[in-house]
Amino acid sequence: MDTSLQVASTVAVRETVLGNGLKVLVQEVHTAPLASVWCWYKVGSKDEVTGQTGASHWVEHMNFKGTTNIPRDQVKGIIERFGGSWNGYTWIDQTTYLETATRDALDRMLFIEAERMANCLYDPEDCESERTVIIAELQGGENDPDQLLDTEVTAAALKVHPYRNPTIGWLSDLRTMSRDQLYQHYRRYYIPNNAVLVVVGDVMTDDVLRRVEQQFGRIPAGAPPSRLHLEEPEQLGERRVTVQKEGTTAYVKLAYHAPQFEHPDCFPMLVLDAVLTGAKGLNLWVSFRATPPQRSARLYRALVEQRLASSVSGAIVPTQHPFLYTISMTVNETSTLAAVEAAALEAIDDVVRDGVTEAELTKAKNQLRARLVFDDESVTHIAHQLGYFETIASFEASHTLLSRVMAVTVDDVARVARRYLQASGRTAGWFDPIRSVEA
Amino acid sequence: MTTATQRGLAPVRQLFDNRAVVIVKETPTTPAVTISAALQAGSIYESDAQLGLAHFLSRVIDRGTADRTAESIAEELDFRGVSLSVNPTRHTQVFNCTCLSEDFDFILELMGGIITTPSIPANEVEKRRAEIITAIRQDEDSPAVVAMERLFELLYPGGHPYGRRSKGTVETVESIDRTALQMFHRVRFAPSVLSLVIVGDVTPQRALDVAAKVFGGWRAPTPEQGTFASHPAKAPRRESVVTMMNKSQADIAYGFTTIKRTDPAYDAFTLMNNVLGQYSLGGRLGDSIRERQGMAYYAFSTFDGNVVESPLIIRAGVNPANVERAIASIDLEIDKIAREGLTADELADSKRYLIGSMPRMLETNASIARFLQTAEFFGLGMDYDVRLPALLERVTLDEANAAAATLSPDHAALVVAGPYKPTGTPPIS
Repeated sequence: MDTSLQVASTVAVRETVLGNGLKVLVQEVHTAPLASVWCWYKVGSKDEVTGQTGASHWVEHMNFKGTTNIPRDQVKGIIERFGGSWNGYTWIDQTTYLETATRDALDRMLFIEAERMANCLYDPEDCESERTVIIAELQGGENDPDQLLDTEVTAAALKVHPYRNPTIGWLSDLRTMSRDQLYQHYRRYYIPNNAVLVVVGDVMTDDVLRRVEQQFGRIPAGAPPSRLHLEEPEQLGERRVTVQKEGTTAYVKLAYHAPQFEHPDCFPMLVLDAVLTGAKGLNLWVSFRATPPQRSARLYRALVEQRLASSVSGAIVPTQHPFLYTISMTVNETSTLAAVEAAALEAIDDVVRDGVTEAELTKAKNQLRARLVFDDESVTHIAHQLGYFETIASFEASHTLLSRVMAVTVDDVARVARRYLQASGRTAGWFDPIRSVEA
Repeated sequence: MTTATQRGLAPVRQLFDNRAVVIVKETPTTPAVTISAALQAGSIYESDAQLGLAHFLSRVIDRGTADRTAESIAEELDFRGVSLSVNPTRHTQVFNCTCLSEDFDFILELMGGIITTPSIPANEVEKRRAEIITAIRQDEDSPAVVAMERLFELLYPGGHPYGRRSKGTVETVESIDRTALQMFHRVRFAPSVLSLVIVGDVTPQRALDVAAKVFGGWRAPTPEQGTFASHPAKAPRRESVVTMMNKSQADIAYGFTTIKRTDPAYDAFTLMNNVLGQYSLGGRLGDSIRERQGMAYYAFSTFDGNVVESPLIIRAGVNPANVERAIASIDLEIDKIAREGLTADELADSKRYLIGSMPRMLETNASIARFLQTAEFFGLGMDYDVRLPALLERVTLDEANAAAATLSPDHAALVVAGPYKPTGTPPIS
């Protein structure tokens, strides 16, 4: 099999560390007159303590509200003038900000990120205004029963590790957190020696590094942030969660403990997921937006083709610490929660007992190989991968994805199925709708 | 020196003898190819009694052909990591997928069989029917979907095809049988309404050769084209509340019918909309509702050019306690932009943004394919990407303000869906 297909991301990446500890990754891609700049911080919801859940995400919002040298009223349009787009996200291990624009905006993009790292304002009125915006974001998510169930299942499956908390935070914390707590969170983690700056596009590496030094070189290093060291204890029996709320449709989720990205079992689990629900790829920015190739996947055939469920999906993503493998199902109107769960567990028991076939392994590898190519379609996507993997392991890991997929054997998949898909480690969740929605 | 942007995409376009159109753009960035096949067989062509017919067909058409079973198609696609989607719109059914370039010939041949000779097996019809009914029930529980469906009913009343639910209702979906699906395919699918766009790591000659082999011999009568009533943009204000007390957030959908995609004022409306509800984080609407008042996670407007008078729609998701304030803010912004127009700086900023964003918008195979499909559907020409900057640049402030002046809160349609009940006082004064 041709393993040279993962072309875009295998070209040279220049790694540099500034005197203040900022790691800089630059990759030249001259396919379009564009540059993508991502600034990553090694802080996410896993770093939050009780009472301050959601701080990382709220801080992300605050860091779009002006800086010492970018007045609030000049934020709007600062990158749009170059035809650019900007965004950011917070998740369990990381927070990131990006701009993608024409290459002549490079200085502007670096300036914005340097300002964001050192000089955000945290105006008290802005903090209060953003409190209601974030609560609106949370409530918008709660409108979706599937998301509501996901929050409950995750919190039940993990008792100790802060991955159990929703990244957006718990409502009570969002109501009580103060401006000073947010500012302290910002100052603790937004330091060059806790950040990774990624530049990919139609640029010259030496030129980029000169500009980066100019913009970021004078920001002082900070004390390395202390980290929570919380280890999830072994689960000793199945846990069950039922959410009952008015609605029209029932949902089932099955969550199993899953290994972290650097664990040898991670890629066999990815292959196992591809066999069960179809391969998604490994780019959090794009992979989950498209439906995976899954019509011949085991759970699709057991559930959707049997008219029990209208959809099934699996989610296992690369993380720094052990997290979850979650299988989600939408129950057909003519079926029941119990029937869907029973059919899913039967298919899972089969794979635990018998493993997968060579043909299934080959198909799963083909799918992952193709998805890895599709994951690298733009400078924005390539830059995402470098930064993302640097925050959970190393950027070099993003260049080994295909080889790690190809190294997986049927024995590996059988082993991880037996290890991770046991009933005693499972959390089952039902969204059981009360069918009396007011018209 | 001529830059790549000035040269533009310069795709190859070929009209086959059977009037199928094939457009190819070679991009060697990644070893992958995006295939987009659009057929003018959308929901506008279904009858009121068979609402959801086009959508139903899109769910079942790839589940078997004259040569292959559903299982065989699933295996072949999955083996190559290809996910084929069929997206029905009002006017078209668009078959989309991305494959590795090494799989291009095979995948296009497979798609050809699906498009020209679907078998629509009876057991697959029943499986997909159950899924569609579940999806309709999910929609009924989604304030965002409910708000948008109701808004389109208000904007395009009287049974207009744009005002109908694309998935249909449970009753109509239950009544659609295999014969109706076969008939819809037989009547609406033909080479003369096919636009095949191929973008990626494939030479134009190879792509055209494979396309000719797959679609060149296809013969089917040209379908009749539909005609649609125009809708006055000046209808009186209409309001509707769908109370859903099981939800946490209320969705506001607020809109107008404006102009057709072919109207000379299209670019002026695009720029005006960008200022109103797009630029940066939601334009003026985002500034007011999210940034200044902190009422919503999102507040923005969209303007989608279409065959009939196109919708300009404002969306906001707010806490139920803020519904009336948010609506008042939208009214205020609409009234302000209609009366006072845009500033010269706003227009210049939006022009710079929309023109400057073109290299980014045309970076991926899928985005290029979407752009070329739109250009073909509306007859904009294969050089549209080259001409577009000048079209935007030449819009004057007066033209953009004239577009803004067509909007008025007095003529808006407004829907609130969510945990909200009107207080007795009309939400709008």
